Amino acid sequence: MREISITGGEPLTRKKTALSNKILRELNDLKRKYDNERFSLLPALYLFQREYGWLSAEALEKVGEILGVPKTTVKSVSTFYAMFRHKPMGRHLIQLCTNVSCMIMGCERLTDILKTRYGLGPNATTHDGRFSFLVMECIGVCDIAPAMVVDTDLYGNLTEDSLIGILERYE
Amino acid sequence: MNSAGNVLLRNTRCQDPACIDDYIREGGYRSLRKALSAEPGQVLDEVKKSGLRGRGGAGFPTGMKWSFAAADPQMPKYLLCNADEGEPGTFKDRVIIERNPHLLIEGMVISAYAIGAASGHIYLRGEYAKARDGLLQAIKAAYEKDFLGDDILGKGARFHLRLHLGAGAYICGEETALIESLEGRRGHPRIKPPFPVNEGFSSKPTVVNNVETLANIPYIIEIGGDAYAKIGSPECPGLKLFSVSGHVNKPGVYELPMGVTLQEIIYTHCGGIRDGRKLKGVIPGGISTPVLLPDKIDCPMDFFHLQKAGSMLGSGAVIVFDETVDMVKVCLRTAEFFEHESCGKCVPCREGIGWMRAILDRINRRDGCEADIALLAEVSRNIKGKTFCPLGESAATVVQGFVEHFMPEFEEKVGSR
Ligand SMILES: Cc1cc2nc3c(=O)[nH]c(=O)nc-3n(C[C@H](O)[C@H](O)[C@H](O)COP(=O)(O)O)c2cc1C
Ligand code: SF4
Ligand code: FES
Repeated sequence: MREISITGGEPLTRKKTALSNKILRELNDLKRKYDNERFSLLPALYLFQREYGWLSAEALEKVGEILGVPKTTVKSVSTFYAMFRHKPMGRHLIQLCTNVSCMIMGCERLTDILKTRYGLGPNATTHDGRFSFLVMECIGVCDIAPAMVVDTDLYGNLTEDSLIGILERYE
Repeated sequence: MNSAGNVLLRNTRCQDPACIDDYIREGGYRSLRKALSAEPGQVLDEVKKSGLRGRGGAGFPTGMKWSFAAADPQMPKYLLCNADEGEPGTFKDRVIIERNPHLLIEGMVISAYAIGAASGHIYLRGEYAKARDGLLQAIKAAYEKDFLGDDILGKGARFHLRLHLGAGAYICGEETALIESLEGRRGHPRIKPPFPVNEGFSSKPTVVNNVETLANIPYIIEIGGDAYAKIGSPECPGLKLFSVSGHVNKPGVYELPMGVTLQEIIYTHCGGIRDGRKLKGVIPGGISTPVLLPDKIDCPMDFFHLQKAGSMLGSGAVIVFDETVDMVKVCLRTAEFFEHESCGKCVPCREGIGWMRAILDRINRRDGCEADIALLAEVSRNIKGKTFCPLGESAATVVQGFVEHFMPEFEEKVGSR
């Protein structure tokens, strides 16, 4: 296994966010768990996203450097997966399912509300940075359709009223 | 949660599903003990006799898949659990993992013993946060009690299990794309052969099985392969979880014998169509399987009968449409899904589905013309048989199914009726 040593905190983003020792330790643990460093790429991307909220170009570069994977390869892999985010997100993530079961149970009324009440279209963020709205394919809870996840909280059997009530709780 | 069964959905009374003591008290890990006191070949024989077929969609005989990997002399071998569950309409694997994670772990240890695998991974859908937390806790507890590790139950068997999260790509449910993803790459399917049983994860013999397939194993060992083979359809025996959603009174996951009819699922178990409305159509196995008209609901739900009826069992995800549903819109949404999830590796799928979506969009907006319906059929014909993996093929077949079964609705939208 290749040793990595990063002394001090190298700047990760232009804002000079230092790579915390914690994340470096976790990344090292992660690498050790896999026979092949390359196999730890997705978990490593998750680690950075959890720490910084999204994956900046600098973050991708850093992951590649530490794992010994070319940065173009890291980008190609990272952008393949819908759950990796490549731009900053709002404070709260509204992940509303619009697949067939949710559609026939009325999710379109919900997307309308996001538009009219919050000015929020699919895959956009409100001006005040409060919400980002991600359109989801089936999130595997079709028995409580229409459904959504806000941050990590699941909500089902949504109506126009319950949607508004729920979102009011996220500042 | 609704349930008629108590094998795959058992252990649901306890407060904390990840609690290993509750699972053991209900008879859990007894099958593992039984399996480890037999030879791996005997365990494999029981699974062969059971007639179990994979529950991930393709319905391949599980015992046969295992015997290919077991017979390959290369070492090490791997066991991968496919918990990517992305097929729209499906939520059974999540329910097994959230309510009974130890059932899956026990099934995996027994399976690994039968094929000779000393390590394995669960590839869990990235969005399943609650399932992830419970599973991590359950794996830890299983290590502490020596159900996982270097000397399982003091019988010298070895199996290490790790959880790996997907990151939101439906195609990674396809087994070779899953392996690519586990290896840190884009989820592009691999050419077959070589099949994973000979050249899979890390280029070594690998068995990929669905969560529900593996969750059936402890019960097969408990009652024996011959007894299991007597449950449900003779050609295609066993227990099956059905995820039912849409316009029924009681949606949910139901554990029923294979071969139960759609009629029985919808009207007996799920309380019929909501508001006493009429049934318009039903998707029997997730949106990759063609829609059926109400005249087919007496069809037994198994791999063979549904194929004869013009559809497939798929993942057993039943989506029920009442008379109010606009089927052109459902067809369009289905095409949008496949366009979004196409991995982009081959042209007929990547470009063809986009074309189908554009035509459907036009028709749905009432901007289409009569020729569009024929054009749609032609694009679909040109995709079929020309794609690298089954995703493109299913997209074409499913769109064609909607058009054939609900032609008057398409004609009405283009103004030719
Ligand atoms: C596009 C596509 C998506 C798939 N998604 C899944 C999935 O989410 N879960 C699953 O178990 N199998 C899925 N499969 C089937 C797998 O390729 C494979 O057949 C299955 O995991 C084998 O396990 P089994 O024999 O236990 O069914 C998918 C197949 C295709 C072509
Ligand atoms: S059929 Fe579609 S999903 Fe499958 S390999 Fe081709 S582009 Fe990828
Ligand atoms: S379609 Fe929305 S949760 Fe399955």
